[in-house]
Order: sequence, then structure tokens, then C-alpha cells
Amino acid sequence: MNAVWTVFKREFAAYFATPIAFVFLAVYLLAMGVFTFYVGGFFDSGVADLTIFFSYHPWLYLFLIPALAMRLWAEEKRSGSVELLLTLPLPVWATVLGKYLAAWAFAGLALLLTFPIWLTVNYLGSPDNGVILAAYAGSFLMAGAYLAIGAAVSAATSSQVIAFVISVVVCFLFTATGAPLVTESLSGWAPLPLVEAVASFSFLAHFRAITDGVIDVRDAVFFFSLIGLFLFANVLLVETGKGG
Amino acid sequence: MLEIESLTKRFDALVAVNGLSLTVRPGEVLGFLGPNGAGKTTTMKMATGYLTPDGGSARICGHDIVTNTLAAQRRLGYLPEGAPAYGEMTPREFLTFICQVRGLSGGEAKGARDVAIGHTGLGPVLDRPIETLSKGFRRRVGLAQAILHDPDVLIMDEPTDGLDPNQKHTVRELIRAIAPTKTIVISTHLLEEVEAICTRAVIIDKGRIVADGTPKELMMQSPSGTLDDLFRSLTTTEDAAA
Repeated sequence: MNAVWTVFKREFAAYFATPIAFVFLAVYLLAMGVFTFYVGGFFDSGVADLTIFFSYHPWLYLFLIPALAMRLWAEEKRSGSVELLLTLPLPVWATVLGKYLAAWAFAGLALLLTFPIWLTVNYLGSPDNGVILAAYAGSFLMAGAYLAIGAAVSAATSSQVIAFVISVVVCFLFTATGAPLVTESLSGWAPLPLVEAVASFSFLAHFRAITDGVIDVRDAVFFFSLIGLFLFANVLLVETGKGG
Repeated sequence: MLEIESLTKRFDALVAVNGLSLTVRPGEVLGFLGPNGAGKTTTMKMATGYLTPDGGSARICGHDIVTNTLAAQRRLGYLPEGAPAYGEMTPREFLTFICQVRGLSGGEAKGARDVAIGHTGLGPVLDRPIETLSKGFRRRVGLAQAILHDPDVLIMDEPTDGLDPNQKHTVRELIRAIAPTKTIVISTHLLEEVEAICTRAVIIDKGRIVADGTPKELMMQSPSGTLDDLFRSLTTTEDAAA
């Protein structure tokens, strides 16, 4: 665990050593604000809750999280520091986990900084803060799942641009499987269990269930399993990279 | 002690390292010579655990680098080609990170860091981001990182590449100072460097050893008495090999 902590600290600090952290936080908060207030029509809705705010999270994460994850491994490969990292006495799993947790903590920080909107709804009315808390937890979990995908993809390439594009595509697949576009095009001909199976992989469905205020163990298990699966893939990709 | 046994690495059709065997003992400073593409860097990458060999093994102080990677890497200091580091960190932060990775803390870490900084003369640039440093200083950051934990085996890929004559001299002095108790392998293109600090030289070509001996012995094998001529007579140029 010491190794994980050591990698975590370096990686987390690295975000703040360059303007990356501030640019990302600014864009993140701006995007969240624009979508909630202008596109989502938060004030026009006349309801003091954060449903509109959270409904945009999957779609914003689709682009923001791959941007956060793309440098995790690709940057190390490009600069050559991966050779140093992998010849230091650190277990590969600890390096993978430390890097991932640092990025997740950063995503969590960005999410926490949206607190003014929580203050706003509490000023405007009396929302169910339990539901909001559950939705924040769900959003954080979902960010972790997107991030695990992005980190694994980043380990497969030395180009951050490629890592970003591929991650967006993979994340999109996991998001869109629950969107009407996909479920409706399937439901015409595919057997129902298949439609349900495809839809059950969707981040949208699991996230929506949580934002409704119900943290079902199954939704949490879904996200954690997905994170575990992609972190495992990440370890394998780093290990096979050693084959040359 | 570093023991390499019939180490082999293929990249598709190209055999980069071809059944190479080599044992380096404490107190030896081995100069690893060969033309570009001969397999020097690939051999070092396998011996340090960065690349997995296709055949053969490498042991560091008895620990197999593939089956007992962490134990082997704990005894190893490695300066990869080009001395990569985290550019956004300062040398102080970077060396602190390496201390933590190496399990050094408190006074032990401070002591190790001060010794490494003293050896490499990093004092004046400790708080400047590594990416803003000159090539010479960046190389020294890499060296400091490699010697920080006082490793038994030190493997350095072109430690003086791109340094000016003064910096080369400093690095050689450093290697000479720590050499007596350590197993050291350096790869280099500079034959005068071999004469200056190495107790043994190995020339490789196309992934195989073609000469092995003290610099003096090798010079005697050469018709003109220089390492330069021996090197050229034993190795193929990259163009001819391709």
C-alpha cells in the first residue's frame, strides 16, 4: 500500500505542477454551468433540485474524463519516464492503482467544486439533500468507471491524442447502450433478454437509478466491477508492453 | 554481481540480442561497446526488468529479474538512455519521490539524498523544474536517482552522452569514486572513456559478444594498438547490417 501511496502523491501533484489542473477545473466547471443553466434551463424548470445538473454528467464526462486520463500512461511512454517507473522496485499493480486513484481523486475534487450549485438550490428551495448526496456519490462512481476505461486505453498507446479519441469512443459505447437510440433500434428485432443485457451495460441506466435517490447495491457493484475489470486490463497492457 | 545467461530478444524478424552471456563481479567497471543497433540498450533494458527477454535470464545479486523482479530491482540503480525524469518536478522533489519508492525515510532519506546531490553537484539547481535544466544537469539528475540508494549493481546507458568535457570528467570521477564496491556496467560510444574508467570492456555486434577483456588486452589484439581499430575490425556498420 505504501507503493500505491507514493505513486498517488507524485501523480496527484503532477496535475498541479502544470496549468493542466487549472485549465481542466475551469473548463469542467464552465461546462457544468453552461449545460445546467443555459442548455438545461435550470431556472426555467422552477424546481429546486439538481436533476437537470446531474443529467448532463454522463455526457460531459464522456469528453472531460478521457481528457483527464489520456496522459496517465501515454505521456510517460512519450517522455521515456515509463522506463524509469517500471525499473523502480514498484509492483505494476501498485503503479496502476496509484495513478488511477490520483486521477480519480482529481475528478472528485472537480466534482466537489460544483458545490455552489448545491448552495444555490438550497437557497432557492428545500431540496432533498439525501438524494443530492446519493447523486454526487453516483456521479463520482461513474467518473471512476470512465476513468478506468481512459487509463487502460492510455496504457495501450504513446500518443495522448489517440488515447483521448479511443477512450471517448469506448466510453460512448458504454454510455449509449442505454440511450433510446440503441435500445429502440435493438428492440425491433432482438430478443428481449439481449436488449436488456445490452442496456444493462449502460452507465446511463445505472447512474439514473442512483440519481433517483436509490443507491442500489447492484448499481454500485456494476461500477466497481467495471473499474476492477479495466484496471486489470491496464495491468495486463503494461505487462505486455514489456514484451517490446 | 550481475549474471546474464544466454539472453535473447527478438523484434519480429530482427534478433536484437542473440544468446548473450556475461558475468560482472563487484569491483568491475564494464564498458559495454558496440555500434548503434548492436543490442546494448536492449540488453540493458532486459537486465533491468523493463523488457521481458524471449530467452535466457538475468540475475542481480542472485535475484532473477523476471521471476523475482522487485528483489532484483531493489539492488539495482539504472540510468536509462537519455536520463528520463519527470520534467515538471524539481530535482529535490524528484529525489524525494525516488527515496520514497526505495523505502528510505526521515534521516536516512535525507542522508542518501545529500550524498547523491553532493556526488552529482546538483546543489545549485535543486529547486528548478527538471525540464528547464541543461542537458548536463538533467543527466546528473538521472545519475543521482540511480545512485541514491547505494545500489550493489549500477547500470548506466551512455551516462556521458551529450555532456561537455568538464561534465564528462565529473561523471567519470564519480564512477571511479564509487566503483570499488560496486558492479558497474556502462554503455558508451567513447572509446577513450573505456580506457579512462573501465576495468573490462566487452564489444558486441549483432547481439553477440565479439570481444571481452581488459582495455589493455583488447588494445593488444588490435594490429595498430588502438581500441578504435579493433572496434572497427570486429563490428559491422549499421548500413552493412541492414
